[in-house]
Amino acid sequence: MFGYLVRRILAAIPVMGVVALFVFLLLRLTPGDPAAIIAGDNASPEQLERIRTMLGLNEPLYVQFFTWIGRLLRGDLGVSLISNVPVLTMIGQRIEPSISIAVATIILSILVAVPLGTIAAWKHGTWIDRFVMVLSVVGFSVPVFVIGYVLIQIFAIDLRWLPVQGYRSIAAGFGPFFERIILPTCTLSFIYIALIARMTRAAMLDVLNEDYVRTARAKGLRETAVLLRHGLRNAAVPVITVIGTGFALLISGVVVTESVFNLPGIGRLTVDAVLARDYPVIQAMILLTSALYVAVNLLVDVAYTLLDPRIRY
Amino acid sequence: MNEQATSGSAVLEINDLAVGLGGAARSQRVIDGISLHVRERETLCVVGESGSGKSVTALTVMGLLPKRVLTPVGGSVRLAGEELLSASSKRLRQLRATTMAMIFQEPMTALNPVVPIGRQIDEVLRVHTDLDARARRQRILQMMEQVRLPEIERIFASYPHRLSGGQRQRIMIAMALVLKPKLLIADEPTTALDVTTQKQILTLIRDLQRDHGTAVLFITHDMGVVAEIADRVAVMRNGKLVETGPLDTILRAPTMEYTRNLLSSVPSLVPRPPRPRTDEPVVLEANELGKIYREHSFFGHAREVAAAQDVTLTLRKGRTLGIVGESGSGKSTVARCILRLIDPTSGRVRLAGHEISNLSRRLLRSHRRRIQIIFQDPYRSLNPRITVGETIAEGPVNFGVPHADALAKSRELLELVGLPPDAISRFPHQFSGGQRQRIAIARALALDPDVLVADEAVSALDVSVQAQVLDLLDEIQTRLGVALLFITHDLRVAAQICDDVAVMQHGRVVEHGSAAQVLTSPQQAYTRSLIDAAPGRGWDFANFRPVETAAMS
Amino acid sequence: MAIETLPQASLPVTRPFGRRLGFLTSTPIITAATVCLGLITALAILAPVLPLHDPLQLAPAQRLKPASAQFLLGTDAYGRDLLSRIIYGGRISLLIGLGAAVCSIGVGLVIGLISGFFRWIDAVMMRIMDGLMAIPSILLAIAVISLSGASLTTVLVAITIPEIPRVARLVRSVVLSAREEPYVEAAISVGSSMGKIMWRHLMPNTIAPLIVQGTYVCASAILTEAILSFLGAGISPETPTWGNIMAEGRAFFQVKPSLIFWPGLMLSLAILSVNLIGDAARDALDPRMRQRGGEA
Repeated sequence: MFGYLVRRILAAIPVMGVVALFVFLLLRLTPGDPAAIIAGDNASPEQLERIRTMLGLNEPLYVQFFTWIGRLLRGDLGVSLISNVPVLTMIGQRIEPSISIAVATIILSILVAVPLGTIAAWKHGTWIDRFVMVLSVVGFSVPVFVIGYVLIQIFAIDLRWLPVQGYRSIAAGFGPFFERIILPTCTLSFIYIALIARMTRAAMLDVLNEDYVRTARAKGLRETAVLLRHGLRNAAVPVITVIGTGFALLISGVVVTESVFNLPGIGRLTVDAVLARDYPVIQAMILLTSALYVAVNLLVDVAYTLLDPRIRY
Repeated sequence: MNEQATSGSAVLEINDLAVGLGGAARSQRVIDGISLHVRERETLCVVGESGSGKSVTALTVMGLLPKRVLTPVGGSVRLAGEELLSASSKRLRQLRATTMAMIFQEPMTALNPVVPIGRQIDEVLRVHTDLDARARRQRILQMMEQVRLPEIERIFASYPHRLSGGQRQRIMIAMALVLKPKLLIADEPTTALDVTTQKQILTLIRDLQRDHGTAVLFITHDMGVVAEIADRVAVMRNGKLVETGPLDTILRAPTMEYTRNLLSSVPSLVPRPPRPRTDEPVVLEANELGKIYREHSFFGHAREVAAAQDVTLTLRKGRTLGIVGESGSGKSTVARCILRLIDPTSGRVRLAGHEISNLSRRLLRSHRRRIQIIFQDPYRSLNPRITVGETIAEGPVNFGVPHADALAKSRELLELVGLPPDAISRFPHQFSGGQRQRIAIARALALDPDVLVADEAVSALDVSVQAQVLDLLDEIQTRLGVALLFITHDLRVAAQICDDVAVMQHGRVVEHGSAAQVLTSPQQAYTRSLIDAAPGRGWDFANFRPVETAAMS
Repeated sequence: MAIETLPQASLPVTRPFGRRLGFLTSTPIITAATVCLGLITALAILAPVLPLHDPLQLAPAQRLKPASAQFLLGTDAYGRDLLSRIIYGGRISLLIGLGAAVCSIGVGLVIGLISGFFRWIDAVMMRIMDGLMAIPSILLAIAVISLSGASLTTVLVAITIPEIPRVARLVRSVVLSAREEPYVEAAISVGSSMGKIMWRHLMPNTIAPLIVQGTYVCASAILTEAILSFLGAGISPETPTWGNIMAEGRAFFQVKPSLIFWPGLMLSLAILSVNLIGDAARDALDPRMRQRGGEA
């Protein structure tokens, strides 16, 4: 198992390398002078020169790359072109809302989706199954921001149960914090629930056709024991996998949700950076979110070894 | 075989059972009017080919038919006097494992891969008894000892993937019998196992039955197994009961035509009369052929697995060489090396005088036509999207034959293998397994090969179809003079088609000689144990009598 | 093997690949989706010949009008006709959806076939694909667009890039499993060339999964385009797209929510229809492919 983990970690290195190379080349290979692209069309020559030196654009390409990688490895993600604040500091200031809704969404989605998918598979072909399937297609199809606005309209404007927008830090009290993350979390959960429920159902359908499930029934076990102990335990691997790959979806969702609910998170930070062409921030955000994605999927790999004794190498 | 067969009360009584597709009463019936009974201490073998409904019968008794797909629509099933078809699902749950238990064909998939063995058996006791943890553990270990498992403490804590197929089937038996049920249903429990393991499992079931007085409903397609284990036999076909009677009566004097045919299709273990030796040229020669797989592990050194080692074989025109062995013996590896579907790591292969073991893929192509293969699985060896005619014509077209001529040849070949000429424009899914195997033979013959490799080519077929395909191969060999390399695990098949036999074990040839010599007076212990383990070796099924002892010794 | 007597059920359903479109009306819900998508497409194609207001015509006097006989859905903050803008917006969405599906499948198919067949390329290719998949698609797209400017082409490229790895991986896995089939080995042993095997025995296996994947890419692309426009990183704001209309409507959400709801409804219906048709296609063409990765 130790060997397996080392292997998975080593396999993550080239993936991050590709991400870094992509991010690096994105700016350099875009037609035109990178400095001009960042500074905009009506920048003065001094501004352009300042950007060139800041990003080291005057050096040969490979020198630029290795200097940049060297800084990254030392934890230096660069400095914002607009505010001159180190990117890492900016992210630190804005990470709380993003983490809050992401974590809340993962918890809520798993709690809702896994039972839904299990019941759908168990009652395969009945109205419950069809209902769950339709729900999951709808969850896939309705854009996050549409869901967000519908929820705002109903629960904040019409019913006045919850605040429309905004964020309060958890440090300022749990009540106001909780009140303000309910709607964003529900909004973001839709698509994640759809994804996980669908996969749970598919995996359970496969597992319920397995011989060992028939064996379990032949032993005279109750249906619930068959479903949970023999069904869900075995369906867990594909479900966890999709929770991992779906994490990319979650990150994209966070960006949009923060815009809808005006949350001062790193998603908002990214969008603002894009609109202002603050390239160091964009670069850092892509690297960070990709690293997060890779890390989450590494955790998923670790989870495999706990769930399935057959995985050893 | 069991002297007490007639005594004892009926544990299972099936009367006029009918099972329909879907739920409607008048739906198509997959089982129609089956009546069977099994008494205490008795083994009833239900024998039949695929599609006969024997497994459905077993699942009906257990109440495990797939819901909404198959439903009992008539008749009665009584277990120790209690009607099962109308029993509540709660009652059925109570009866399972306590009064009736079942073991299945595939030991590799029948155990939950993520739960330790001990806990899987423990579940049975937890659901059906009030024993405390220590007593349960004691009982389980005791049962595991009874099924003759080694190192029971270790296995108790292991996961299924650590165990061999035979060990897993022992676990299944332990699980089924731990509560001493009155009825054990065994659905092809040894079909997926090698013969030597099969023999052990059959003996085990027999012994446990004697100790516990269990009634056994044993489902199989293999007449050899029937002869080993049955007290009485029921023959099924297409969902109907053909006939039923004591073992001896069925084997010696079957009353129904179908049973007679079924029995006479069973190939005899006694080799066919040897054909005269020939001086025909050698068409295939393998010299010290070897295939080593290297597994790269992350830490430590690469592990080497020798799938085949020092294999030397010679095959003359018009002759048949059999390679027999159990699974993992390397017989298929040798075949694939000879065909260069995989590359051997050492040794030489000479095909019609040409060395091909070290040719590049490109140079090899021109030699491909000299050697062709027929695979085991007729459902996967034909491309489902291509018509039969095009499939057969693919080879000749590759070697420059005009398309129209190639198709004309396809038509001739279809006739040769006994299929109607209009098969040419149809797709593989429109044919049965046996017919597809004929198509695969036609494809292999399209290139006029010198050597035909049959890799378990009849193993997936029902015994009656198997006999027909074997006859076809024999006929083709006589007509075309093609040399046949016949890979099989089945000694009976080998005895009927091979001139020479090579026995493989652990990647090496352990014994090599004429079929008559190897199969009747084996020199090696391993060969002897293989022959010993062949089920039903005491019976000459085709002639409805026991094998004369003279032929056996 | 236990239920061997299930007639047909145990046989693999391997009918030759027919161009059957019967699945488009297989259930009432699918039929509704087909009709819905057909309507949206027809409106989008016919938009220039329909009696609609000019979607770009500014009319400051008509700002934020409610629905009326003249403006069936009212007007937006610049006095432009909402209905007309929504119908024209469909053109961009469908174009992007179709374009992304075609492009990602084209590129992905080539990469996947090559990776599935040549081991030494495979290792490198798949690392690159893994890397691309690790970047959240929205971030990747907005980064591309923010650097090269927002035109229809760049938006299409930006949306297509993150879809390519999924298609490539799908094709690769189909090729890898089909390679192991005995009928491919049989083709090798009758002397067929690598090219012929690829074309005749491997490629056809990818068609059904690619049709299914294509519909999912299409739905996902329509969604991504709307998100990009909504975030202000998409096609220039004066062009009517569903995302742009909604982005502009955000400021007036509490005053006139229909600026968000109508385009949101159209967008949802379009994506829903494509997804439902995709599911139906999957059930009809490729029953094995039941799972579905994490497309945005």
